[in-house]
Amino acid sequence: MKTFIKTTLASAVMLLASAHAFADVNIGISLSLTGPGSGLGIPMQNEFKLWPKTIDGEKVNLIILDDATDPGKGVANARRFVTQDKVDMIIGSCITPVAAAIAPVAAEAKTVQLAAAPVGVPPGADHWLFRLPQGFNVMAHPIIENMKKQGVKTIGFLGYTDAYGELWLKEITKDAEAAGIKVVMAERFARTDTSVTPQALKLVSANPDAILVVASGSGAAMPEMGLVERGYKGKIYQTHAAATPDLVRIGGKEVEGTYVVSGPAVIAEQLPDSHPSKKLAVDFVQKYEAAYGPNSRNQFAAHSYDARIVLTKVLPVALKKAKPGTPEFRAALRDAIEGMGRTLFSHGVMDWSATDHWGYTNETGVLLKVENGKFVVVN
Amino acid sequence: MDASIFSILALDGLTNGAVYALLALSIVLVFTVTRVIYIPQGEYVAFGALTLALLQAGKVPGTAWFLLILAGLVALIEFVHGLRQHHGARRLLTDALRTLAWPVVASLLAIWAAPRGYPMLVQALLTLALVTPFGSLIYRIAFESLADASVLVLLIISVGVHFALVGLGLFFFGAEGFRNPSFWDVRFNAGALSLSGQAILIFAVTFALIVALALFFERTLRGKALRATAINRLGARLMGISSTGAGRLSFTLAAFFGALAGLLIGPTTTIFYDSGFLIGLKGFVAAVFAGLSSFPLALAGSLGVGLLESFGSFWASSFKEVIVFGAILPVLLWRSLRDPHDEEH
Amino acid sequence: MTPLRRFAFRFAFPLFALVMLVFPALPVPDFWITQSNYIGLYTLVSMGLVLLTGVAGLTSFGQAAFVGVGAYTAAYMATTLGISPWLTLWVGILLAVLSALVVGAITLRMSGHYLPLATIAWGLALNYTMANMDWLGKYDGLLGIPTIHFFGKDLGTGRGLHVLIWLIALAAALACSHLLDSRPGRAIRSLKSGTTMAEAMGISTLRYKMVVFVLAAVLAAISGWLFAHFQGSVNPTPFSISKGIEYLFMTVLGGVGQVWGAFLGAAVTRITEDQLQVLLPRLIGTSGNFETIVFGIVLVVVLKYAPDGLWTFVGRWFPAPQRVRDWEGAAPLALRSKPQRGELLLSVDKVRKQFGGLLAVNDVSFEVRGGDIVGLIGPNGAGKSTTFNLITGVLPLTAGQVTFRGEAVGPLSSRQIARRGISRTFQHVKMIPEMTVLENVALGGYQRSRSGSLRAMLRLDRAEERSLFAEAERQLARIGMAAQMHELAGNLALGPQRLMEIARALATDPALLLLDEPAAGLRHKEKQALAGVLRQLKAEGMSILLVEHDMDFVMGLTDRIVVMEFGVRLMEGTPAEVQASPAVRAAYLGTEH
Repeated sequence: MKTFIKTTLASAVMLLASAHAFADVNIGISLSLTGPGSGLGIPMQNEFKLWPKTIDGEKVNLIILDDATDPGKGVANARRFVTQDKVDMIIGSCITPVAAAIAPVAAEAKTVQLAAAPVGVPPGADHWLFRLPQGFNVMAHPIIENMKKQGVKTIGFLGYTDAYGELWLKEITKDAEAAGIKVVMAERFARTDTSVTPQALKLVSANPDAILVVASGSGAAMPEMGLVERGYKGKIYQTHAAATPDLVRIGGKEVEGTYVVSGPAVIAEQLPDSHPSKKLAVDFVQKYEAAYGPNSRNQFAAHSYDARIVLTKVLPVALKKAKPGTPEFRAALRDAIEGMGRTLFSHGVMDWSATDHWGYTNETGVLLKVENGKFVVVN
Repeated sequence: MDASIFSILALDGLTNGAVYALLALSIVLVFTVTRVIYIPQGEYVAFGALTLALLQAGKVPGTAWFLLILAGLVALIEFVHGLRQHHGARRLLTDALRTLAWPVVASLLAIWAAPRGYPMLVQALLTLALVTPFGSLIYRIAFESLADASVLVLLIISVGVHFALVGLGLFFFGAEGFRNPSFWDVRFNAGALSLSGQAILIFAVTFALIVALALFFERTLRGKALRATAINRLGARLMGISSTGAGRLSFTLAAFFGALAGLLIGPTTTIFYDSGFLIGLKGFVAAVFAGLSSFPLALAGSLGVGLLESFGSFWASSFKEVIVFGAILPVLLWRSLRDPHDEEH
Repeated sequence: MTPLRRFAFRFAFPLFALVMLVFPALPVPDFWITQSNYIGLYTLVSMGLVLLTGVAGLTSFGQAAFVGVGAYTAAYMATTLGISPWLTLWVGILLAVLSALVVGAITLRMSGHYLPLATIAWGLALNYTMANMDWLGKYDGLLGIPTIHFFGKDLGTGRGLHVLIWLIALAAALACSHLLDSRPGRAIRSLKSGTTMAEAMGISTLRYKMVVFVLAAVLAAISGWLFAHFQGSVNPTPFSISKGIEYLFMTVLGGVGQVWGAFLGAAVTRITEDQLQVLLPRLIGTSGNFETIVFGIVLVVVLKYAPDGLWTFVGRWFPAPQRVRDWEGAAPLALRSKPQRGELLLSVDKVRKQFGGLLAVNDVSFEVRGGDIVGLIGPNGAGKSTTFNLITGVLPLTAGQVTFRGEAVGPLSSRQIARRGISRTFQHVKMIPEMTVLENVALGGYQRSRSGSLRAMLRLDRAEERSLFAEAERQLARIGMAAQMHELAGNLALGPQRLMEIARALATDPALLLLDEPAAGLRHKEKQALAGVLRQLKAEGMSILLVEHDMDFVMGLTDRIVVMEFGVRLMEGTPAEVQASPAVRAAYLGTEH
């Protein structure tokens, strides 16, 4: 009985106690802080914690909610943001299906959504949606180019059984075909599987020239080690979600020589000085690692850094037109983002326009190679 | 598929199956003695593997702190309970000490030893010492007072414990995975088959444990007391066997086996904070195949699940889960028709 | 019951319904509407689980998969085929029924712990299958689901949809409570305590398990249909095993045996989850990790102090009122033809039952004639109850024949034998403690009535119910228990419980009554009362076969006695003959040396 009363009271108090100061800029952020996507969400949250309290003199409130890698929760979060917290912008989610589920809610509420995942939506439905990360086509580009250069004719695929794996499979199949390369076999596995021996066996017996492993973070090591253990001698490529120190930490010697595509942010120091994003990338890496320890740099955290760049650029413009908390302000934000033009991000050069809400060009991705336990840029 | 691929897949399946067997045995043991369908069994696997991983990295694993807090909480609750029951001061003190002794010693040892980089075997023993007491503590905090509740309520409570442990796992170990080095780094080659030292270790340990369990239940008084409680709780109590003691012992054994499974499986795969659930589920499948009562069948079922998983992944890797869990249904049906219908209350 | 309480009880539900339907018209924040929508959606699924797990005792983790069936059907047909949601609803329900029939046919034959595991198995299998189908959008799922329109008005995803969701939820709750208080409802409530008693009353337990299973699946599918149009997109995650677990504990939290507990459980879970999400970061400063931990702890704590769910607290304020006696003058139920006095009723001919190496019943033969009371006595382990079980079809015959009114009933099932006019009581009283005495006895009238589940839900069965209750009251009056008819069966002492069982058996309008140790555990006065009842029944022409231990009881009551020992018929005769027999004395007391 006591528990019942307490729960009811707590609920009542909370429901009544949520009042926000409306002169501040409120940003609702939905991230996967638990569940399979937590490897992406938690670093992003870490970077958000490093944001200053004010941008352009205006107080910015970040409301971060966990969507637990569940589109349903993502939608619930988005609904809360637009109805309860009356946010001026939504950032999220870091996982594609969740971001896709949030999109209609944001669109209906006429609120900008900065998606932290390369999410595809039905044509015309991305009027309010801008993607922070590079699209799969942008990231696949350096891989395919390198494969062409090395004379790869057949590739195998070993990827996650989730949206990330699925989208990469579609993308690489399309691009490979265009480049005259054949995908001879596609095997799937789950992040928490206890072994990939059967899949590796199948792939190794097909013996393609190269294999693309699609997984994220520490989960990217096991499939590759499985392939190597089964005696695969060809080239192995990994995606940008694997461009983290965790790959090397777990993979050790067995992941030497792997090609990994990445956004520029995490190899900041190795970028040539002429690279437009070098300064921002170095700034991001230094500040992040100062707060969270050496070698903690993360591909996805850099997108949070870039979100701040967006706000720094568009807030002054929108504030001139309307006050925060109003529909006019939200519309002004959207127009300002669209009209940002060519902007330097830590992850490359962003160029959103009225017709293109993806923004990155094919030259953005950088191909790296694991040498002596470190990521080195491939020329 | 040729003979060499078949044998590799079979070996892979049996190796995984042996690890599932440890979990299946634990689940059967816990259920028969306490009627708790222990869903969080897999979490011990994750905790074991990740605790060792952190020790290997020279860090103090969060498990040590959690153990201290949990032991303190249990000691406090039982102290208050003892006060209400008007136990003497001496008894209160000895009870509290008994609760706290092992957890405090193990945690302090871990905190002291972590940065010193002891050999892996020592760290493995330390991990076992840290994770094993969780079993009894969780039993006392969540299940003991409801020992006579229905199976369904006990099941939902174990679901609650599962949520709490997964959340704590994320908090202590982070979202990224870990992989422990092998205990035995050799490889034995027989044709295309390549048997790793770790696999041999897995089989040896599982076999030894099964023999030890069998001896325990057949030959020792404690083991027979456990069996008695499993068969008839009230009757066993009338004979002077403490059913709470039996419950605590079965939970402790389950935690031990789970942690051991985590140590054994660590090198062959990357373990995440949430890896435990699906591994535990497969052990659970094998346990039910055994009717939640027969140890030999639990072993057979686990090996079967491992093999099914291995061959299923080969044939259609994206449908692996569908194959494994779908194939259970006819097995369950057969099992259920075979068993005499008893009236469930 | 005070007038205030009675008023509260009568109007509680209509008031609640009114509030929930008018809610969207009030100037409440949009977010409350969103929450309320979620609660409504969850309640639908939870209600199915109340019936399935709470009432019928079949624990299911797989309801989320059926939600997925409904949701994906709605999504696919709306986006790819462009069909109106009002049609897709029926397709979704049909698919749910079909898949439930298939899955149920496999799983419902299982007993005990196999069932929950089977539900986990197909819940997982279905979920992964959905996640792997290209035409269902695989992991991304289907996007861009349109909203529902009602006669041209767009219900949207907020206030408009709220009315629809809650209309359906409230209607479902009403239908479910009607179902539970009806002939099929009593059959369903008998499922939890095992199959033997139900089958002996003529109830097909498998059929009702299927009914409840399919009903739960339909409710889940409707919830899925609404969910698809509420969220605007579907993808495999909300239909996973973890959601299935969530629905189950929502139900247990609310009060697993109560339809209204479903509302409570869904509401508390949703609100707690939501508030934890918002409250914890403010308390602790970081967000994300602690919600699941605290939620798990809250779940354990609540169940520790309220293992029967939260509804028990509410139930104390709204105890169910006594049933209104409205069956005066109800049409009587049809009677079957009764045997003549002295007519050969039951012929047991060399029946044999072997359990592996143990021969429990060894070529036993005897007869029962119309209007007789025959006693079957013997020391413990003689095989008396086994013989009973053989006659009533609970156990199959190894050899021999049983003939009843000229028909060979040996190979028939317990249900079919009950239909032919043999009714029985049990050695250990088998009844439903949560139902009243009247309802328990009315269960006996199952085979004499016909209302199905649909009629029950629509409350079209009132006439038949009145006849059933009138009959039940009549039987209770016959044995002298009419005054206790509104008492909860679980509150009775053992003696009245046995009498109630006899009344229930009488309610089946039997031609032959089998009583299994009716006097066991009764006090002296209770035995006298029982004997009086049985003599009266005999005077009315009832034929009775009874198993007993108590010599005095049997000798004074029966016409003939059959004595068994070690599975063999020792002798048969009048009470005087049996008392005088040295063989019987030897069997009971041992021989002199």
